[in-house]
Amino acid sequence: MPKLTVDGTEVEFEQGMTVLQACELGGAEIPRFCYHDRLSVAGNCRMCLVELEKAPKPIASCAFPAGDGMVIKTNSDSIKKARKGVMEFLLINHPLDCPICEQGGECDLQDQAMAFGFDKTRYEENKRAVPDKYMGPLINTIMTRCIQCTRCVRFATEIAGVEELGLVNRGESVEISSIEKAINSELSGNLIDVCPVGALTSKPYAFSSRPWELRKTPSIDVMDAVGSNIRVDSRGREVLRILPRLHEEINEEWIADKTRYAVDGLRRQRLDKPYVRVDGKLQAVSWDVALQTVVDKLKATSADRIGAVAGDTSDAESMFALKGLMNGLGVKSIDCRQEGAAVGGERGSYLFNTTIEGIESADAILLVGTDPRWEAPLVNARIRKRFLEGGMTVGGIGPSVDLTFQVDWFGTSASDLQAVLDGSSHFSSVLENAQNPMIIVGNGALIGDDGEAVLALAGDVAEKFGMIRDDWNGFNILHQAASRVAGLDMGFVPSENSLSAKQMAGALDVVYLLSADEMDMKGFENSFVIYQGHHGDAGAHGADVILPGAAYTEKNGTYVNLEGRAQLANMAGFPPGDAREDWTIIRALAGQLGVELGFDNLVELRQALVAAVPTMAAIDQIVPTAWAKPGKAGAVSGQAFDLTVTNYYMTDPISRASETMAECSDVFVNIGEPQATGTEG
Amino acid sequence: MLQDKDRIFTNLYGQHDWRLKGAMSRGIYSGLKDMIGRGRDAIIDDVKASNLRGRGGAGFPTGLKWSFMPKDSGMPQYLVVNADESEPGTCKDREILRYDPHRLLEGMLLAGFAMGANTGYIYIRGEFFNEASNIQVAIDEAYDAGMIGKNACKSGWDFDIHLHRGAGAYICGEETALLESLEGKKGQPRLKPPFPAGCGLYGCPTTVNNVETIAVVPEILRRGVDWWTGLGPENNKGTKVFCISGHVNKPCNVEEEMGIPLRELIEKHAGGVRGGWDNLLTVIPGGSSVPCLPFDTCCEINMDFDSLRAVKSGLGTAAVIVMDKSTDIIQAIARLSHFYMHESCGQCTPCREGTGWMWRVLERMAKGDATVDEIDMLLDVTYQIEGHTICALGDAAAWPVQGLIKNFRHVIEERIAGAQRAAAE
Repeated sequence: MPKLTVDGTEVEFEQGMTVLQACELGGAEIPRFCYHDRLSVAGNCRMCLVELEKAPKPIASCAFPAGDGMVIKTNSDSIKKARKGVMEFLLINHPLDCPICEQGGECDLQDQAMAFGFDKTRYEENKRAVPDKYMGPLINTIMTRCIQCTRCVRFATEIAGVEELGLVNRGESVEISSIEKAINSELSGNLIDVCPVGALTSKPYAFSSRPWELRKTPSIDVMDAVGSNIRVDSRGREVLRILPRLHEEINEEWIADKTRYAVDGLRRQRLDKPYVRVDGKLQAVSWDVALQTVVDKLKATSADRIGAVAGDTSDAESMFALKGLMNGLGVKSIDCRQEGAAVGGERGSYLFNTTIEGIESADAILLVGTDPRWEAPLVNARIRKRFLEGGMTVGGIGPSVDLTFQVDWFGTSASDLQAVLDGSSHFSSVLENAQNPMIIVGNGALIGDDGEAVLALAGDVAEKFGMIRDDWNGFNILHQAASRVAGLDMGFVPSENSLSAKQMAGALDVVYLLSADEMDMKGFENSFVIYQGHHGDAGAHGADVILPGAAYTEKNGTYVNLEGRAQLANMAGFPPGDAREDWTIIRALAGQLGVELGFDNLVELRQALVAAVPTMAAIDQIVPTAWAKPGKAGAVSGQAFDLTVTNYYMTDPISRASETMAECSDVFVNIGEPQATGTEG
Repeated sequence: MLQDKDRIFTNLYGQHDWRLKGAMSRGIYSGLKDMIGRGRDAIIDDVKASNLRGRGGAGFPTGLKWSFMPKDSGMPQYLVVNADESEPGTCKDREILRYDPHRLLEGMLLAGFAMGANTGYIYIRGEFFNEASNIQVAIDEAYDAGMIGKNACKSGWDFDIHLHRGAGAYICGEETALLESLEGKKGQPRLKPPFPAGCGLYGCPTTVNNVETIAVVPEILRRGVDWWTGLGPENNKGTKVFCISGHVNKPCNVEEEMGIPLRELIEKHAGGVRGGWDNLLTVIPGGSSVPCLPFDTCCEINMDFDSLRAVKSGLGTAAVIVMDKSTDIIQAIARLSHFYMHESCGQCTPCREGTGWMWRVLERMAKGDATVDEIDMLLDVTYQIEGHTICALGDAAAWPVQGLIKNFRHVIEERIAGAQRAAAE
């Protein structure tokens, strides 16, 4: 390996590294503003200057390729002076508003000014002021603070794939601008994170707190099935913001906007007391009354007239507890697939087998009935990342949507998938010639009556085009529900001769809804509905008993993401009012019903869970899973696939309760629809 | 003094016909086929041996620059002619574009052949409307006559020339900003490395040369390297078009031998300094970017790259800006500072922030509204800009101010003291 000398220490580096990367290997700290690991190199802030022996002037280490035998100095007097100079230039037109700046306490400029700057100013002229810009409901701009590093421009263009930001004008007059347009990307919140100063900050979070006042809890996101790693920042019981946590294999260092901004939904429409419907009206009652009502009803009903449905954001523990309870009662109609996607069976048939990181090795992708941009923005970002490297073709069957990269939407229905299998589609040869082809099947293809047949067809395509090999598995289901894979893993599905969620409507006397809000409640008008959940959404409105539970930030839970990776979410605060952690509610019911669940605390519950589902023990790991042929062969219809997400910003009770998400819906989704009149409340 | 027989730009003043017929009567395009017939390496060797240094300002050896172009890149290769002449005081390329366009086209064909480029672009300053018009006429004429295009001059080499008009930004004269602009992007300099010879226009090997550099090449090859190297001092060979402006009796462009004494240049060609030589305050010898010279140096300096570098100034574009004693030198340099502030692309920090700072301080100093300490602070600011930027505009903005403080510190101090006295009264 080539070597260079950094401040007198010899460092081995890999060919292709920049001087900055090599210096970091050598333990030298190089300040920077414009340089960002995941973005292209701009080299414009000039903070990373280092001295290269024999070079006439200092070099920008972020942009300079490291070479064998270079002698680098990062701490010479001339470099210290150069940095001080650059720092001074950055600060002369930067407002001294740190005390009222949102970024205060987590500001790169502040930190580096402390480490590398002067302690006083020599600039006597008037400071420059820059008009603020409109960038939509999520991003606040105070452009006078901007240091023109162009990280945001590069993020929007390269990662998010929306060319909506630019550096306009020149010289002192340069400004970052979206030309007064909201940034239409599901990843726009990351602009706030990449901004090294307080120019782009979070609009909904504005002026709520200082970073040092917050308790930081590492956790897992449940807004989609990706399982993004997040950090929940809370003060007292209140969650104030959510930030991404680095996980190279899942979300890298990004999160989607719903993940970040739906938090205000955690404060609204919360169920904080148990309710029982008396004379058609829900009335607040004590836990004792509520539990007793449920116990009486369940005891009075025969097991084949009872059903249970687990919702999309349920944790594995509460689903496992509910399954145990239903088993104890002899109830067989249980389901975790509210929308009725035809997934299930062997584990290999319902995972995102390629894994998110594995997308980077693919060279052809067939999307079937899915819009990854709205169903899993970070999976989409990963596909885009791979696409930009070149040499990958993406084809799609389903409604043609803009995924920020080029997609050949060559078909609309299952018959087009059949054509791919038969070899009569032009995309067959693309898959044929690919080294590592992938198929990604979304719910849009699986919720129809022929869902199982479509799934089987997709499996045939995978087998025919070499997607299933010892060293490669290109068969993928793109789930949308954070709870889905855990539910399928533990068998939270109806057994033979019992009812699926779709079939339960009108067919049962009692249904137990565990945070299940995506079903049409009209079907349960004649059933006794027990709703356990955290938001007053569809399920609670149609409920006869409400048992207030905890949202994902308020409990310790296990979530298995679409790749089959079990991850632990941690409690960041207590649930509101009388609400309780979900598994404890079910444990209490079991006690009163005389059902022996086999656990009395979370540790015992998890032990039981792992004993039943061993993959749950492999926290943050991908357990190798054997290929299993999915679905059931049958006739497929020629009906065009519909996408299941019609509004990215509102897909679950939390995001539906969020004002921020409502605003986003107005700006990005319901464009052209009649605006609010001011009289609708 | 240069003899008429040694002049290259025989139509510098536009007395003769600039179109193809007139150009051919002045010998342009003669013997091109044979010159190309000698092969790539022979041309590059001749240009190297001639020691021709780039006429755009930096004075980089042209033959060496051409030799950086790869021989078998497998990609298209480009010659780009930088006709974005915007340096204050400089108007030499303008005259060539106007009155001798075929000399440029001829040079491009030779240079393009020597560096393996089949396509040449002329990036011309947007304000040069008439010049662009003449160049386009010349290109059309040359195509019609078979001088360029397929099998140019029957040499067997295909060479196309395209004209591109800029939109009037000084920074687009910086070679990589020029390439960005030519590609249709915002004119902002690129980071180097990679250099254009490896990764230039559209990512392909590219050489960017000044108009004058390209235009003198055919004549060097035609008359022979020995003729060229017989002119001018060591390492600064040949002739050069000087642009003399400012407080002289007859401002003019003139082609002269490299190394001519500044005083001779001004007195012989420009009718002398207004009010006599002793009325001279200072000279900026190479376009607005280089530091001005003190009077004593003006009396004895020779106009070539190395002599001017030795006195910490530069030949630059050889635009001689003469200022007599009526000049408010602080205000004059402040005006130049304003120019650099206005033309900074705003991409990198020191130039974006520093150019405005310098201008504001200088404007105050011109009024005496400053303190003596600020002179050293201003000098320090120029050093904080110099060498720390992506392109040379930062240096170009810093040098005139450094020249001012080095040579006229006493003027600033007197101005400040005067203003303080006036305020006290």
